[in-house]
Amino acid sequence: MKAIVDKKKCTVCGVCSDACPMGAISLREDHIEISDDCSLCGICVDTCEFGALSLPEVGKGPVADLESYRGVWVYAEWREGEVHKVGHELLSAGRVLADKRGVQLGAVLLGSGLENGIAEELISYGADTVYVVDRPELAHFTDETYAKSLVELIRRERPEILLAGATSMGRSFIPRVAASLQTGLTADCTELDISDEGLLLQTRPAFGGNIMATIICPNRRPQMATVRPKVMKPVKAPGRQGRIERVELPEECFKGRVEVLEVIPEQDRTAKLTEADVIVSGGRGLRKAENFDLLEELAGLVNGAVGASRGAVEEGWIAPSHQVGQTGRTVAPTLYMAVGLAGAIQHLVGMQGSQVIVAVNKDPHAPIFDVATYGIVADLFEFIPAFVKRIRKERGERAQ
Amino acid sequence: MHIVVCIKQVPDTKNVRIDPDTHTLVRQGVESIVNPFDLFAVEAALKIKDENGARVTVVTMGPPQASEALRDILSLGVDDAVLLSDRAFAGSDTWATSTTLAGAIRKMGDVDIVICGKQAVDGDTAQVGPETAALLDIPYATFVKNIQLLEGGALKVVRQTDEGTEVWKIPMPALVTVIKEIGEPRVPSLRHKMRAKKAEIVVWGAADLGLDTDCVGLCGSFTQVVRVFSPPRRSNRIQIEGSIEEQADQLFQYLKNSKVPGL
Repeated sequence: MKAIVDKKKCTVCGVCSDACPMGAISLREDHIEISDDCSLCGICVDTCEFGALSLPEVGKGPVADLESYRGVWVYAEWREGEVHKVGHELLSAGRVLADKRGVQLGAVLLGSGLENGIAEELISYGADTVYVVDRPELAHFTDETYAKSLVELIRRERPEILLAGATSMGRSFIPRVAASLQTGLTADCTELDISDEGLLLQTRPAFGGNIMATIICPNRRPQMATVRPKVMKPVKAPGRQGRIERVELPEECFKGRVEVLEVIPEQDRTAKLTEADVIVSGGRGLRKAENFDLLEELAGLVNGAVGASRGAVEEGWIAPSHQVGQTGRTVAPTLYMAVGLAGAIQHLVGMQGSQVIVAVNKDPHAPIFDVATYGIVADLFEFIPAFVKRIRKERGERAQ
Repeated sequence: MHIVVCIKQVPDTKNVRIDPDTHTLVRQGVESIVNPFDLFAVEAALKIKDENGARVTVVTMGPPQASEALRDILSLGVDDAVLLSDRAFAGSDTWATSTTLAGAIRKMGDVDIVICGKQAVDGDTAQVGPETAALLDIPYATFVKNIQLLEGGALKVVRQTDEGTEVWKIPMPALVTVIKEIGEPRVPSLRHKMRAKKAEIVVWGAADLGLDTDCVGLCGSFTQVVRVFSPPRRSNRIQIEGSIEEQADQLFQYLKNSKVPGL
């Protein structure tokens, strides 16, 4: 199967050929040819202003009993005794979807020793009902036990939408939930909306963030998506009323084949990149390991974390846990400062979701400037100390 | 011991750049490569083979030219290669891809460990590994940086999570997805290169896997792309000029106005 060309509409302008990521479209004298390399991604369909391209029909497989599913659910990730912030963010986003659809918003808490206070907080962020499964077997996360518990809850209550954080936990076990329920799952969404027919419009970056795609799951329920942390804004409404439902599940749900031998939390707080509001990242321009002290000082001043490019990590100047980018962490802080860092595409895909990006580089042509909100062409060894001094001055502190 | 490594051929993102004016992909001269994370998966398998002895099979789903990627992997010392290729597989989402891979692994029958890269760099979903394990109903561990064989048919794996690390014991057959800390991929040896050149690559289609064409490819997919567009352009960059002190002061004011926490 491949994309379909309407030869009457096609003007052989070549726009689709340039856009095709598979290089599957070639131009002939009076028509275009689509080769077997076509992956049916649909990028050409959108680029064609003449409407000459279309995709064959999707999903002729079984259609779920769509009408019997109702409500929006959020999986509120509980770890180390607290709910991950993305749970609050998704409840606020889920609230908007549920109101648009005129349905209830549910939250799911899985864990052990879950006090009512945790569930009440979820209500304040928008949940109408919080389903709590509190079992000693769920004290440590494993994909099997968490997936079986969530699958059982979904089979009972039949929500039409399920949202979860695109965290290391969500990205690990939510695919198993989707596969068990035989439904579609869209990873790493950055935008959600709902159509009049109740279709969840799931928008996510693809091809390293250079293209955005909106994806639907027309024939199966629930419609499932993981959403990047820090993309949605948490909105708290103290005094909201809701229901907490403690749920008993069959013993089978808590039996898994994996045994957790050890859980070792990260000691180095500065390495907690994915949670930081401010990240100061350095690249090869730092020249040596000691110079990362400059960034440490700045990050420490604003309660931020220190990141690094692959180059700096490969030089051995900083531990791999600090690496931002394709082979490192994907981050989206409020402020990302890229210092002495050129901005290879692999780095950009890991940080271009940041709200404010500051680029400090001697080379005015460094690609990092293309994604920057504020660009500063300067020698980092002059600029960073000056910037630190400016912050200290504001606070009435003397320069050190 | 039979280890299967799943790989994917992807566009080489190193050569992909953004046109600063149109903010779209410039694709000229972009070649296909093996997904970088899958090379770590191959390395993980070969390490187990080196230390304990094992047969390693590499499998991919793709068009006929994906066999080049398989030959690259064979030249690293992998024993066998299987190409899952069928027009019916085109347009697969992660579910349909997992259905196909699970079908192939089931057909092989005697698989002890399945190893995948943590995600592919074109789609970045990280879903195919876990979904394949779910379809095979075998336990799995994601984001693994160390694999050790234990007595009695189990693996000890170290996972990297957002919060730290975790050590799991997981019985075989099992699936693991690996990250780069598992070890730098080795370089091909001349001997393996020669063998890879001549090696026969097994090709299986939907019928070989006993899969109905309605269950695979676009037909078997649950998700559908309805719109593709360029990401919204960042509001025009503000270039901060002046002396170092002026630059520092201006940036400070801008960030303060943007309500950056900590400033």
